[in-house]
Amino acid sequence: MPEQQPYEPEGAVAGTGMGGAMDLAASEATTLERPPGAPGGAGPAGKPRSLWSDAWRDLRRNPVFLASALVILFLVLISLWPSLIAPGNPLQCDLSKAQEGSQSGHPFGFDGQGCDVYTRTVHGARTSVTVGVCATLGVALLGSVLGGLAGFFGGGWDAILSRTTDIFFAIPVVLGGLVLLSVVTSNTVWPVVGFMVLLGWPQISRIARGSVITARQNDYVQAARALGASPARILLRHIAPNAVAPVIVVATIALGTYIALEATLSYLGVGLRPPSVSWGIDISAASPYVRNAPHALLWPSGALAITVLAFIMLGDAVRDALDPKLR
Amino acid sequence: MGRYVIRRLLQMIPVFLGATLLIFLMVNVMGDPVAGLCGERQCDPATAAQLRREFGLDKPVWQQYATYMGNVFTGDFGTAFNGQPVTELMGTAFPVTIRLTVVAIVFEVLIGIALGVVTGMRRGRPVDTSVLLLTLVVISVPTFVTGLLLQLLLGVKWGWVRPSVSPLAPVDELIVPGLVLASVSLAYVTRLTRTSIAENRRSDYVRTAVAKGLPRRRVITRHLLRNSLIPVVTFIGTDIGALMGGAIVTERIFNIHGVGYQLYQGILRHNTQTVVGFVTVLVLVFLAANLLVDLLYAVLDPRIRYA
Amino acid sequence: MRGARHAGWAVAMVVAAFPAAGCGGGDVEGGPGVLSASWSDPPNPLEPANTNEVQGGKVLDMLFRGLKRYNPRTGAAENMLAEKIETSDSQNFAVTVRNGWTFSNGEPVTARSFVDAWNYGAGLKNNQKNAYFFGYIDGYDKVHPENGTQSADTLSGLRVTGPRTFTIRLSQKFSTFPDTLGYSAFAPLPRAFFDHHADWQKKPVGNGPYLIKSYARGFMMSLRKWDRYPGPDPARNNGVDLKVYTDGNTAYTDLLSGNLDLVDDVPAAQLKNVRADLQGRYINTPAGIIQTLAFPFYDPQWNKPGSQKVRAGLSMAINRDQITRTIFHDTRTPASDWTSPVLGVEGGFQAGLCGSACTYDPAQAKKLVQEGGGLPGGQVRIAYNADAGSHGEWVDAVCHSIDNALGNDKACVGNPIGTFADFRNQIGQHKMPGPFRAGWQMDYPLIQNFLQPLYYTGASSNDGKWSDKRFDKLVDQANAEADRARAVKLFQSAEGVVRDNMAAIPLWYQNGSAGYAQRLSHVALNPFSVPVYNEIKVG
Repeated sequence: MPEQQPYEPEGAVAGTGMGGAMDLAASEATTLERPPGAPGGAGPAGKPRSLWSDAWRDLRRNPVFLASALVILFLVLISLWPSLIAPGNPLQCDLSKAQEGSQSGHPFGFDGQGCDVYTRTVHGARTSVTVGVCATLGVALLGSVLGGLAGFFGGGWDAILSRTTDIFFAIPVVLGGLVLLSVVTSNTVWPVVGFMVLLGWPQISRIARGSVITARQNDYVQAARALGASPARILLRHIAPNAVAPVIVVATIALGTYIALEATLSYLGVGLRPPSVSWGIDISAASPYVRNAPHALLWPSGALAITVLAFIMLGDAVRDALDPKLR
Repeated sequence: MGRYVIRRLLQMIPVFLGATLLIFLMVNVMGDPVAGLCGERQCDPATAAQLRREFGLDKPVWQQYATYMGNVFTGDFGTAFNGQPVTELMGTAFPVTIRLTVVAIVFEVLIGIALGVVTGMRRGRPVDTSVLLLTLVVISVPTFVTGLLLQLLLGVKWGWVRPSVSPLAPVDELIVPGLVLASVSLAYVTRLTRTSIAENRRSDYVRTAVAKGLPRRRVITRHLLRNSLIPVVTFIGTDIGALMGGAIVTERIFNIHGVGYQLYQGILRHNTQTVVGFVTVLVLVFLAANLLVDLLYAVLDPRIRYA
Repeated sequence: MRGARHAGWAVAMVVAAFPAAGCGGGDVEGGPGVLSASWSDPPNPLEPANTNEVQGGKVLDMLFRGLKRYNPRTGAAENMLAEKIETSDSQNFAVTVRNGWTFSNGEPVTARSFVDAWNYGAGLKNNQKNAYFFGYIDGYDKVHPENGTQSADTLSGLRVTGPRTFTIRLSQKFSTFPDTLGYSAFAPLPRAFFDHHADWQKKPVGNGPYLIKSYARGFMMSLRKWDRYPGPDPARNNGVDLKVYTDGNTAYTDLLSGNLDLVDDVPAAQLKNVRADLQGRYINTPAGIIQTLAFPFYDPQWNKPGSQKVRAGLSMAINRDQITRTIFHDTRTPASDWTSPVLGVEGGFQAGLCGSACTYDPAQAKKLVQEGGGLPGGQVRIAYNADAGSHGEWVDAVCHSIDNALGNDKACVGNPIGTFADFRNQIGQHKMPGPFRAGWQMDYPLIQNFLQPLYYTGASSNDGKWSDKRFDKLVDQANAEADRARAVKLFQSAEGVVRDNMAAIPLWYQNGSAGYAQRLSHVALNPFSVPVYNEIKVG
């Protein structure tokens, strides 16, 4: 989802944003834009069981959740120990085998440089998953802290933080990537992750702000306040647990899109740098040669699509489980 | 209403200044453009210094920014390195990109909402599941892969369309690029409409409408759709600015000489004036679209009133 | 579900619109006898002395004729507007301009047209990026001082002696100077250039076989045959439409689908298919371009005793044959000297000059690198700009070749730099951490042009800051030598110094490649890899 992603954050003023988070994000946003007093916002759960245990019960029985969780588990495993299933060296390439198809010992064939596609696809998982997970963690952390504070304190703080969010939203993401990453010389994943966090946090920030505002108006929070609880206690004990659900959902979906964004950055020549092995690098390297060696494009693209799919479906399942209205 | 709009307009000023400053600083990080202009060999120091002076690059960054913004308010967006005024570049690039964006948004609205309604009404049925899966696949394959494949298949293998867009960029040639550009948003619109419809289908007013004996079609268009469209409108409205500025990949693949192309060229050549100028306009479009969307809420949801 | 059915209708209509949008292709857009060709937007204004890259050069080649012109086939410098250029001492030249030439606006081309143009090109205040081409002319230091402002507007070495005659005095001996005058920076300019500069830039006027019909910057330039062109090489087609492409691959795709007639740089990814796709309408001819790897000699790690062994070892670790075959499909030829085959043996090209150091020999490579003290920092990082061409592909291939030869999968990695501008910046600021891509396209077909600008101490393209007194001395001697054959010999000895130090690793000679549509014939590329547009026949 490369291209889009870039600019979505920019488009995401009203709370939609990078990633597949749109649905939830947007409905959050609308709630948000309603002036106080208008109906909207999640009401307190009527049953004694918590939202989370309900959700978990639902998820355990959801085949979509189980399937995507299995795929993700497998991905994590091969990211940690790629050599378990691909003992070869992804950096070892023999140009004389360039673009050759599948053969014994090399089930996926060779790419344009004569590197083994199977080995590179398996080893690429680590980088791609690292980028996705780290960028998501960074975005979620920064975004929910800033958004949460803006929502909780309101007033001047809210105004300043919200306008800052707008500023970062207004920069098209691909553009920002081209500009910022073109000067990078480090060949680790951190510049790419850092860039994604820098331009991605507003998305989560808006959502966190919205859900904190909603949660703040709930009766139990008013009650806690009346009982004289300190602001810190209210924020951490009463508001955060109830406001964190939308953030988790959006983050899960966004994770997939960060992985895909990495491929687009590589296509534009500003992605991860050699000797990194990643799906994005391989996809962008293979795409011009699709007429002669489609297999070199197919396998890393397939791996990327399945991963993104798994994360988005996981996020979807979690969203459904957390939304009482859809039950 | 009037006061609300004025307040929003005032709020735009700091965002506008901040965003332009941010992009100005970012482009500055890329460094000196003069070396690139001189090609494979170095300009002699005298020429390089002269060029820097002429482009104002010898001044401190804050001063460059102040001068630049001062000029912008008088309508002067500076000059690209090839001697062409940036406003002239905008004059040629924006019409093309606006056409492309319109095509993309038409796709989003027509296909996205239609699919969304169908799947929302038949949640859990095979048609829902297959459309859902399709949207996920669209989201998870990078646009440049989709674009290159469509170009190869439709443009070369089957010869249905021109693989690239001619300089005038008529609307019929923009259909495939527009679809590629819209694809991911399209998937989102579908999912967004679906969720929204599914949610509202069980609400009291829909039940009341059905109970009143209204025709099904009227229930869907007048009651259900109107209320379900709020998140969709939010998304599409804010997507306008995004589509315009984000078409870098699509415009490159289909050789469309629009905003994305100019931004890409500007970045490759470290051309601050072009990049900042175009982004400035995009920020304005983005802010205006946001305001418009917020005002549209009031139309779609009578409960919302702006004071 | 009636609403949904309605929406379905809309979908069906949009889908139905697809084939309708199709376009048969092959339509003659520019009119009969007009061909369309791929182009990129030139980064600099289209002024002769301000155009330092091939895209602007293409246009200038159609729009202007200078005193000399390089034969599109042989590359030899032949008189065009020059009736004669005489010298007795290799330092003072007397030029006579042919009678009967005019610009396309009717203004006659005189001695003044040249002298004014050159003075303008040399002037510091005019920001002309090719100003240094006039650096050999006496008085350049006044017109273009190294700092401060210019103290003279005209070069004291240029003197108009009659309507069609002028003299050139150089600041040093340079026997082959007249041969450099075919370069586009030396083109004559009409008065309109000086008097109505902004208008001229919108629609340049020259004295070549074409004139500009319309120019939509960033989109397309339409050139049409100038019917009253007085020269010996008029256009054999009615015009050329140069269309701007951002991506070479799209241009090639357009050629295949019949929307474009000529692509003059077939993208590497399509080279494998090009013969089948175009059924022989593909040319691949040598051009005056050599690709090398330059080294940062300002970095002590790369400039210590024994370093030349490391450099030679790296050179031997590169399997040039395999890379030019597999990646470039023979549009590059493995290099064995530091010039180009287009010079010809007489012009100084000497195949095999590099000897064993340019022959793939992994065992010897490993040994030499070890003897030289190993790779600096344990790893070579080859820098290139990632924004254009297929540099990443060959750098990766070179690295894999080095890795395999040295038996270390981390011996070499590519070091992509986001933009060309930044790549040049880092070179200019001496920040290169290792070898870097250095492509040299000749300005004029002389061995001098392949050596002096690249390896002479402090020369404009000596990006690695290599310096060797012996080399400098030999070049000075060669430039002063009036006899061409002896001059070439001296240049070759200088090239020997480059070899002995492995000042840069020669990789391959680059060919020009082009593909064209069925309706074109007589398509050829000149030694500068630019299509010879005026000879192309349409239909």
